[in-house]
Amino acid sequence: MPGKRSKPKLAVWKFASCDGCQLSLLDCEDELLALAGAVKIANFLEASSAVTPGPYDRSLVEGSITTPHDAERIQAVRKNSRFLVAIGACATAGGIQALRNFADVEEFTRIVYARPEYIQTLKHSTAIAEHVKVDFELRGCPISKGQLLEVVSAFLHKRKPNIPQHSVCLECKVRGTVCVMVAQGIPCLGPVTQAGCGAICPAYQRGCYGCFGPQENPNTVALSAWWTHLGVGEAAQLRAFRTYNAAAGAFSKEAARHV
Amino acid sequence: MSKSQFVLERSGLEQLLQALKNEGYVTLGPTVRERAIVFGELHTLEDLPVGLKDWQEGGTYRLEPRADPALFGYNVGPQSPKQFLHPPLLRLLRASKTAQGFEIVSETEPLPKYAFFGLRACELQAIQIQDQVFLGGPYQDSHYKARREQVLILAVNCTQAGNACFCTSMNSGPKARAGFDLALTEVLEGDRHYFVGAVGSGAGARLLNQIAHRPASEREWNQAEALVDQTARNMGRGLNTEGLKELLYQNLDHPRWEEVAGRCLSCGNCTQVCPTCFCTSVEDHTDLTGQIAERTRHWDSCFTADFSYLHGGNVRVSTRARYRQWLTHKLATWQDQFGSLGCVGCGRCITWCPVGIDLTEEVAAMGGVHVQNQP
Ligand code: SF4
Ligand code: SF4
Ligand code: SF4
Ligand code: SF4
Repeated sequence: MPGKRSKPKLAVWKFASCDGCQLSLLDCEDELLALAGAVKIANFLEASSAVTPGPYDRSLVEGSITTPHDAERIQAVRKNSRFLVAIGACATAGGIQALRNFADVEEFTRIVYARPEYIQTLKHSTAIAEHVKVDFELRGCPISKGQLLEVVSAFLHKRKPNIPQHSVCLECKVRGTVCVMVAQGIPCLGPVTQAGCGAICPAYQRGCYGCFGPQENPNTVALSAWWTHLGVGEAAQLRAFRTYNAAAGAFSKEAARHV
Repeated sequence: MSKSQFVLERSGLEQLLQALKNEGYVTLGPTVRERAIVFGELHTLEDLPVGLKDWQEGGTYRLEPRADPALFGYNVGPQSPKQFLHPPLLRLLRASKTAQGFEIVSETEPLPKYAFFGLRACELQAIQIQDQVFLGGPYQDSHYKARREQVLILAVNCTQAGNACFCTSMNSGPKARAGFDLALTEVLEGDRHYFVGAVGSGAGARLLNQIAHRPASEREWNQAEALVDQTARNMGRGLNTEGLKELLYQNLDHPRWEEVAGRCLSCGNCTQVCPTCFCTSVEDHTDLTGQIAERTRHWDSCFTADFSYLHGGNVRVSTRARYRQWLTHKLATWQDQFGSLGCVGCGRCITWCPVGIDLTEEVAAMGGVHVQNQP
């Protein structure tokens, strides 16, 4: 028998985000005890103010980089982490706040803040991987609780996580959902979006909103041509590709075709 | 006229459904859900899509009312019996950790006994093809086998063809010829609504004996045959299968593959709805404590990257290569592998492709231009 090893240290970090992804972790009610038994939660301010100093075996990073200060802070997190996992659309693609990338941030700050000179912000909202090396990206707005547990369990037991990168359509088919685009003509981003949510929206008779970002091999041009055939106008197509994953390569490129 | 040809009134058909339930079958048949016809459990004939028809085109499916109260006045929907015989997600085993290593926890849930109510001829052919895939070789799929062995099939001959149908080209329909226990043709003639049937097995004969029926008159039989013949003449699509394998093998570098890759989303829907596609992937999971491990199997598709990942890299990186794999497997390499075509002409991959890509059109496009002589 190997000697008793100390529990791996898990840290959760927040950058520009809504906290929704961290809450997915707290939402793992049934599994939290097992999690607390398996790892030492060293930094998770959403759950506890106790902080254990680094280095950390695994860091979960939520949020995008939007300020000069955060751009420095992420470097420190990286230095203190053996494995770094970016979680959620903000951390993997810049999030909804990356809409600023397509506009003038200074104009926003002038309109919103009484003393805009106090606001220190970057022109773009960027993904963690644009600043430091990221070991794994967990997509979603918010992330799926099941996928998060899968990544943490895989890490604990030294196996590769089962996180598919194919389309949402395959999840519709596993679930037995009837395709809303074919049967009802509802525009759906599922064919170009990565699976992970379990195809929730089509199961409730709505098109996919693209929360998990582009799938591994997205053909947005062909999907867009079909949307046009379904009667979806240019403005609506631009809006569809510019949401939580607006700055993700394939989506941002497609949106640009509809400006 | 053989005495195995009989007539059921609507009330007799209802008795048949109840007889199946009394025998402990889960009776699966066409039902309406989410604006399409999918398999659901039938409790009475009223659960069928009574008085409805479907309109299908590449990438489009709509339900519409019919002028008559037909019970089977539509064609196939997005699902096929593979949903049940080869489930999309299956736990293969569970294991728990022990001091010595691990212990397999056996699956105790009893398998349901399925009766399929209203399967079409192309679906029977698809089952025969999957039988060959899963049971025909030296290694049998025990999960498929356990489900398949208990199945009872009531077939319904198609009395109209859908826009995406080409079963006559694939020699699979519209009339069910084998692989059923009972087969019916629905006839609506003025005020009369009856079902002309044939017996296909001992189990079918036994069931028939439990319900009200009478021998078919020659006129009734001819009426039913005429409806099926008319269906055969009205196929929405067609595919020339003569020399098809060679045509595809000779055109592996045809520019059409690149062209269709421009339209294809590599979403995988075509393979999921195809009643003969059988590919799966197996995944192992552990829980947080490391005490329990599970092995699951789920449908996969030659359109995903993981599927084509072999040691050291991916063998089909482009959509062109993936679409070509799908089409040539269905229509050419399947013949070398299993001795039959992998397509039954049901049209599902055409209708349920979100952008309406049509394999009959793709094949025609390759046959229509100069055929290269070098493979
Ligand atoms: S509903 Fe959307 S995600 Fe589901 S199969 Fe259709 S196109 Fe794909
Ligand atoms: S390839 Fe298409 S038409 Fe042929 S059996 Fe499969 S889904 Fe039906
Ligand atoms: S066409 Fe693709 S998914 Fe279907 S059986 Fe062949 S390899 Fe498998
Ligand atoms: S042919 Fe159609 S259904 Fe198949 S992968 Fe391409 S877009 Fe999807």
